[in-house]
Amino acid sequence: MRKVREWLIEKIILLNGFACILFVGLIFFFLAKDGLALFRTFSPAGFFLGTLWNPLAEPPQFGIVPLFLGSLWVTLGAALISVPLGIACAIFIGEIAPRWLREILKAGVELLAAIPSIVIGFIGITMLAPVIRNTFHLTTGLTAFTGSVALAFMAIPTIVSMMEDAITSVPRHYKEGSLALGATHWQTIYRVIVPAASSGIVASVMLGIGRVIGETMAVMMLTGNASVMPKSLLEPVRTMTATIAAEMGETVRGSEHYFSLFAVGLVLFAITFAINLVADMALHHKKK
Amino acid sequence: MKKWIFTVMLVLALSPALGCSKAPQGEAKVKSQAIQVKGSDTMVNLGQAWAEEFMARHPEASIAITGGGSGTGIAALVNGTCDIAQSSREMKQQEIVLAKVNGKDVREFKVAVDALAVIVHPSNPVKELSIDQLSDIFTGKTVNWKEVGGEDRPILALSRERNSGTHVYFLEHVVRKGNEKGPEQFAPSTLMLPSSQAIIEEVSQSQGAIGYDGMGYVTAQVKTLGVAKAAGGPFVRPTMATAMDKTYPLARPLLVYTAGDPQGLIKDLIDFILSDEGQKIVEVMDFVPLGKKA
Repeated sequence: MRKVREWLIEKIILLNGFACILFVGLIFFFLAKDGLALFRTFSPAGFFLGTLWNPLAEPPQFGIVPLFLGSLWVTLGAALISVPLGIACAIFIGEIAPRWLREILKAGVELLAAIPSIVIGFIGITMLAPVIRNTFHLTTGLTAFTGSVALAFMAIPTIVSMMEDAITSVPRHYKEGSLALGATHWQTIYRVIVPAASSGIVASVMLGIGRVIGETMAVMMLTGNASVMPKSLLEPVRTMTATIAAEMGETVRGSEHYFSLFAVGLVLFAITFAINLVADMALHHKKK
Repeated sequence: MKKWIFTVMLVLALSPALGCSKAPQGEAKVKSQAIQVKGSDTMVNLGQAWAEEFMARHPEASIAITGGGSGTGIAALVNGTCDIAQSSREMKQQEIVLAKVNGKDVREFKVAVDALAVIVHPSNPVKELSIDQLSDIFTGKTVNWKEVGGEDRPILALSRERNSGTHVYFLEHVVRKGNEKGPEQFAPSTLMLPSSQAIIEEVSQSQGAIGYDGMGYVTAQVKTLGVAKAAGGPFVRPTMATAMDKTYPLARPLLVYTAGDPQGLIKDLIDFILSDEGQKIVEVMDFVPLGKKA
């Protein structure tokens, strides 16, 4: 009886494990099926190299370059803000803060992760955008940079909690050895602990970026969604995610425009897949 | 301990399956009838007002109103996931064909009129623009307010997103000046904002901004411009009166669509919308009622 139950439970868990892979596979399959359908009527060169996104024009133009650059700028901006902040925060929580403060800070960071993105977008549009417009004397506060700041807040919890794990899992004797050799606490942190935890740090940064690039709601509310070729962080941009979200409602099913949005989704999927792969490789590198 | 965790996981793994099989399908219909209404964001509040009044009279009806854009509503009607689609633009030929393919013979009802207001920051000295001037602004030919008689300030053009019927109406009637298949496009630098409120918010904050919104959304934080069909006027400001007598050039019909002839409660609801009381609600919600039109 006990053996039967054991066997059953094992198989169910096995099934659940495979289910995840099956879902990813199916999502990729349907995305590719509709996304690649675009290229039956529209040239891949026009899609991947086109600099105009004008789906309602006659004939329509589906150039992904401005959208790709829009996503890239917002993501890079967010990374520039969240990575240094996240690393500093994780080191403080993992190494410097006293135990009671550590618990409070960890809870705070986790709470930050629980704020829905639409709330961040809402706060951004009413508080952040006017500040950015007035500080930089712009015509509008809805810019790539506004989106970056909001997204940085969404990436920080991911970065901090993973990085903090990596830092605290550095073997205790590394730290003790370093201190015993006469290194100061700070020297130990940046010469011993950070290098030892580096693969975890890289992975956490990559996952944080993966979170940012796929974010939709806050970006749509904050970046202005103008499909220009972005020249600076202080200009409105249109990201790939916002384009899909904003235009899906209007497209006629099975039309060229509909397929083009799936193609954009496919590109987005490829990018996040690559980012996750890099993060995974960084983690495995550590285990060797 | 482990056993306990496994049990929890097992329950979690199976719960979606259990949930599906138990989902009530149709058994609630005996008592009350649910009507799903979906579509135009411009019409969400109007639809909600109609629904509340209608449900007060017909306790057996339960009406759910959702937005998402005119295109979303029409797609839902075609897919059979809603009973009534609200739309601020007419169905496209492609969509009618698609509905036929899916076995849906759609009926159109004109339920109200909406005037599109062109709005700017209150400090902007410009009072009126012709359709040609507006088209030049939104296609990016005119980039500074001084070219249309204003201050030396760059123009920030704001538009609704492409899933909005308001966007399509403005594209066809202003940017393309009434030629629906014209070559003109919104300039790439036009900001596409996801909602009517976002446009009001941005126009009220940016001195160089210009945008458009349904008359019902306009607040005192922004200034409404007079619009003329041809250069030189006459320039007309959007009001209930000018929209009703059609002197304001940017007035559009608001529509609802049903699949096939409406029956039962759905027919009652549409009859109510077209009745004097339904049209009174239109006026209360700052749209223009049908009946009084000249």
